[in-house]
Amino acid sequence: MLKTLMKSLREYKTPSLLSPLFVTFEVILECIIPLVMASLIDHMKGATLTPVFQDGVVLIILAMASLYCGRRAAIEAAKGSAGFAKNLRQDLYFNIQSFSFADVDKFSTSSLVTRMTTDVTNVQTAFQMVIRGAVRTPLMIIFSIVMSLTINVRMALIFIAVIPFLAVVLFGIVLYIHPVFVRIFKKYDAMNNSVQENVGGIRVVKSFVREDYEKEKFHKRSEDVCKDFTFAEKVLAWNNPTMVFSISLTMVLVSFIGARIIITTKGSSLSTGQLSSLITYGIQILIAMMMLSMVFVLIIISQESANRIVEVLEYQSTLTSPENGKTEIADGSVEFDNVSFKYSERSKRYALSDVNLQIPSGSSLGIIGGTGSSKTTLIQLISRLYDVTEGVVKVGGTDVRQYDLDTLRNQVAVVLQKNVLFSGTIKDNMRWGDKNATDEQIEHACKLAQADEFIQLFPQKYDTYIEQGGSNVSGGQKQRLCIARALLKKPKILILDDSTSAVDTKTDALIRRAFREEIPDTTRIIIAQRISSVQDCDNIIVLDGGRIVEQGNHDQLIAANGIYKEIYESQTTRKEEN
Amino acid sequence: MPRGKAKITPVKKGTAGRLFKYIFSHYKARMILVMICIVIAGVSSTGATFFLQRLIDDVITPGMKTGLSAVWPKLVRTVAAMAVIYGTGVVASFLYTRSMATVTQGTLMNFRNDMFDKMQSLPIKYFDTHAHGDIMSTYTNDTDAIRQLIGQSLPMVTQSALTIAAIAFMMLYYSFWLSLLVALSIVLMLRVAKKYATASSKYMMRQQISLAKEEGFVEEMMEGTKVIKVFCHEGESKKDFQKINEQLFEDSNEANKAGNVLMPILSNMGNLMYVLIAFVGAIMVFEGATNVGFSGFGLMTAGIIISYLGMARQLSQTIGQISMQVPMIAMGIAGAGRVFELIDQEPEKDDGYVTLVRCRKGEDGSLVETREKTNLWAWKHFHKADGTTTYTLLRGDIEMEHVDFGYTPEKQVLYDVSLYAKPGQKIAFVGATGAGKTTITNLINRFYDIPDGKIRYDGININKIRKPDLRHSLGIVLQDVNLFTGTVMDNIRYGRLDATDEECIAAAKLANADDFITRLPDGYDTMLTANGAQLSQGQRQLISIARAAVADPPAMILDEATSSIDTRTEALVQKGMDNLMKGRTVFVIAHRLSTVRNSDAIMVLDHGHIIERGTHEQLLEQKGTYYQLYTGAFELE
Repeated sequence: MLKTLMKSLREYKTPSLLSPLFVTFEVILECIIPLVMASLIDHMKGATLTPVFQDGVVLIILAMASLYCGRRAAIEAAKGSAGFAKNLRQDLYFNIQSFSFADVDKFSTSSLVTRMTTDVTNVQTAFQMVIRGAVRTPLMIIFSIVMSLTINVRMALIFIAVIPFLAVVLFGIVLYIHPVFVRIFKKYDAMNNSVQENVGGIRVVKSFVREDYEKEKFHKRSEDVCKDFTFAEKVLAWNNPTMVFSISLTMVLVSFIGARIIITTKGSSLSTGQLSSLITYGIQILIAMMMLSMVFVLIIISQESANRIVEVLEYQSTLTSPENGKTEIADGSVEFDNVSFKYSERSKRYALSDVNLQIPSGSSLGIIGGTGSSKTTLIQLISRLYDVTEGVVKVGGTDVRQYDLDTLRNQVAVVLQKNVLFSGTIKDNMRWGDKNATDEQIEHACKLAQADEFIQLFPQKYDTYIEQGGSNVSGGQKQRLCIARALLKKPKILILDDSTSAVDTKTDALIRRAFREEIPDTTRIIIAQRISSVQDCDNIIVLDGGRIVEQGNHDQLIAANGIYKEIYESQTTRKEEN
Repeated sequence: MPRGKAKITPVKKGTAGRLFKYIFSHYKARMILVMICIVIAGVSSTGATFFLQRLIDDVITPGMKTGLSAVWPKLVRTVAAMAVIYGTGVVASFLYTRSMATVTQGTLMNFRNDMFDKMQSLPIKYFDTHAHGDIMSTYTNDTDAIRQLIGQSLPMVTQSALTIAAIAFMMLYYSFWLSLLVALSIVLMLRVAKKYATASSKYMMRQQISLAKEEGFVEEMMEGTKVIKVFCHEGESKKDFQKINEQLFEDSNEANKAGNVLMPILSNMGNLMYVLIAFVGAIMVFEGATNVGFSGFGLMTAGIIISYLGMARQLSQTIGQISMQVPMIAMGIAGAGRVFELIDQEPEKDDGYVTLVRCRKGEDGSLVETREKTNLWAWKHFHKADGTTTYTLLRGDIEMEHVDFGYTPEKQVLYDVSLYAKPGQKIAFVGATGAGKTTITNLINRFYDIPDGKIRYDGININKIRKPDLRHSLGIVLQDVNLFTGTVMDNIRYGRLDATDEECIAAAKLANADDFITRLPDGYDTMLTANGAQLSQGQRQLISIARAAVADPPAMILDEATSSIDTRTEALVQKGMDNLMKGRTVFVIAHRLSTVRNSDAIMVLDHGHIIERGTHEQLLEQKGTYYQLYTGAFELE
């Protein structure tokens, strides 16, 4: 896990290493300073001022050096950890870009967003603690012990005796509390989730008059969280008194034993100044222990986040472009050969079963079917947005899995059901289809998609700014822009997934006529709710429960007297009556 | 819904005071205990330093001359006193940390519960005008900041303040001159601390904003993943991401830098102060300067300087600790400000007094209130004027008269809308997005209020009807389906909490949802999470219809309730709903004309005006807008 994370350090390796280096110097200085202070105190009682000034000057130099090192260490640590977080986010984002639809579905959008934000921030905090604290504290402990040993071995032994006691208690608490925290965070998430659901569904809550029910539900959750958190914090509350106890104990012991030594040896093996230095070292050791346990807690808490990040970083998309994939597509024919598909290995039901279908190059296919009949699933297999579970999908006579992914997707243009325009001008959006498209090409594509007409009415025409999500154009206009964008790719296969639903029937017909006349060699696949959108296709299939149940042209299907006819009638009979 | 945006709003004055009052009101005894314990712990830690000084001056120094045995009792006494003081400190700190755990978590729970309770009583307008991300952030980020404030910063600062006070007193006790020196140094340190703490707070806010921006970007891109993929646009989206990511890095770097450097700077300034005191003190000693302090006049001695140096060191460390807490405190108080803002929101007004009661027909044919489970409901109407109570049968008769309405005064949405819906009628609204269809239904169930008397339900002015009772009498199915975490069965039962499993299943069958539900992995016991993400939009709409059906309301509003369901399934659902709603009032809002075709009256709305009304056939004959829509010559939205 650590190895995967560390790969993201890259250019921030230097600051991440410099920081502990400066910390080391800082710690050394911090340990020398009390020594000089002790000497200064001892010199205070002397007869001349000179040694006091000498010590003072040394102290000033040391303090300045310590200031420099401390500042550098702090700055490098900030840079290293912020940079590490930046790289982590970037690596996550880049890897997610290589995910297939199935992968994104598997993690879920919201979970990916959380991993990129909250989880990375947690790791950043822990990392900074580690590069600053994880070096500082053990060093502090070691130096302080060494220093104490040089002053007086017997006294230093007191510290050495207290450390294991403190270590056992502090780390015991942390280990004991870890599983509790894991449980709490789950409950905490669930509680916040219920707030989110309540806010989102407030109209439902109010219209069913469920305010009291919701309150009761929430109170139960929040009390539960409170109980667990209080318990965990009470356990953690042992930290502080244990710490105070250890400091007190050493202070008392050091004072008592120290006083005895000074008095009995008449200050020859220990001076008063040394005694106060010893006490300083003692407190330093114990505070360092405390810091260490805090770093430990942070690491443990962020471990969960780190795991979630690594999970995404290490995830290899199941759907990748083959090496040396074909970059030429012979023609726009599509063939489904005994295709079955399910969304995940665990799903019990197949979304598509035994689909066999031939779509000749340059022909048009209409797809009709009810809610959940897998129309969208079917067409997503053509541009390899998902891979088949069984069988083969061929484009231009070759298995889609043998093509270079970019080639395939550039030649198979899909206008998705959920159309998304991005913030930018109409031209910017159009150039998603072809980066180098000239203004004339853009205009031509928009004319084909019957979009030019309304674009000309905008004061800024093709430079009109589209707001995020395309909120300033109507649904029908958005759909036509999306079609134009797809046309600019000059694909061999064009797939429209219910993408003229908000366009009026007359314009819809004009679009289809333009396709027939202007791009007759492009294979067209049209999913629609309206029979009128597909009735002039060369071939029409009716999907039901993931199977092709009817196939033929409009007249044949009407004659077959099946689902197609039923749908046709549900959309037209009343009209004829009048 | 937009995610939370970190806003920098000034915190209202008195927020901190109100926060303490809030804590005290729930945990008075505990807080007093905590305060006492903190004082004890603080005194014990400074007191011990004092004893250490006594140990050196009274025991060690004379002991070196007289030998151990002479000072032995004194040594034992002093050390024992130290032990007792320390012991008390340990006990006190144990007590206050444990009590603080209860107080902190309990206060957070009270905050959350208060916020949630208040939220349930807020008008829909609040939710329409506040980003859901912002509301969520009050529950997460702001409460977290408060936790930091009460759980960590508060005890630490209290204790540090005590330590500072104690040290200041002792310093003055020993020497005025040196205290003056220390005071000057402290002022300098505070200025530096303020500079960095302010910078740190500023960049922390910026970091929050960049973080929110990045979150927004990632979210937009994740939503658009499929488009990115079909256009092979991964490279460009990576470039855009890098730009935003770089900004976040810079802000985060600055925020951490300012926070990190504070401690080394302050602690070394402390060291410099130490040297300064040593120099000045030493000169005073050697020059034989007179010392003035609470202890009286006298010669400056080395002993005074030595204890002074120790205190100066402790003082600078304590100040360092407090200054580290400044950004936390600022964020905590800002968080408390936002929590109070939510708690202080004006709740939904409800002056209604007409209630909905079950009733049965009395012998003389009049309505009698009953506790039995009858199928008859009546409006219980108390008339203040003559003190009588009348019962009006609930029928679902709704009328609107000349209604004008706008969500904001500047923008009127409805103009002079009048309509009548008789029990058993199906009334449809057709029109482009923004024409005011949903607004009409928002007024009927009083999500938004309008002046008296313009809308009447069974002849009663709806402003007189208690909101919960009014809403009980209306079922509503919205276009955007909100399902709750729980099983499919739980979600259907949400419509009526005492519905049996059989009733829920019957409702699902009616909504044509039974078929797909039984094919889910665990059937009706399948857990739905994240708003039913594992279901298609159409399937979620079917569940939402079943949920309304189980409530069995006398009137129903279907707002684009079948927009994602194919026409064939829709026809089946409609048949079921027509059976259920026989003799009751139904409002249908739809975009698709096949949905509204068999309505008793269809209203065509355009920019808040009803421009056409009539049955499907009548409207076709008129050859107006509806006709154009129907024949496809015109596009909606």
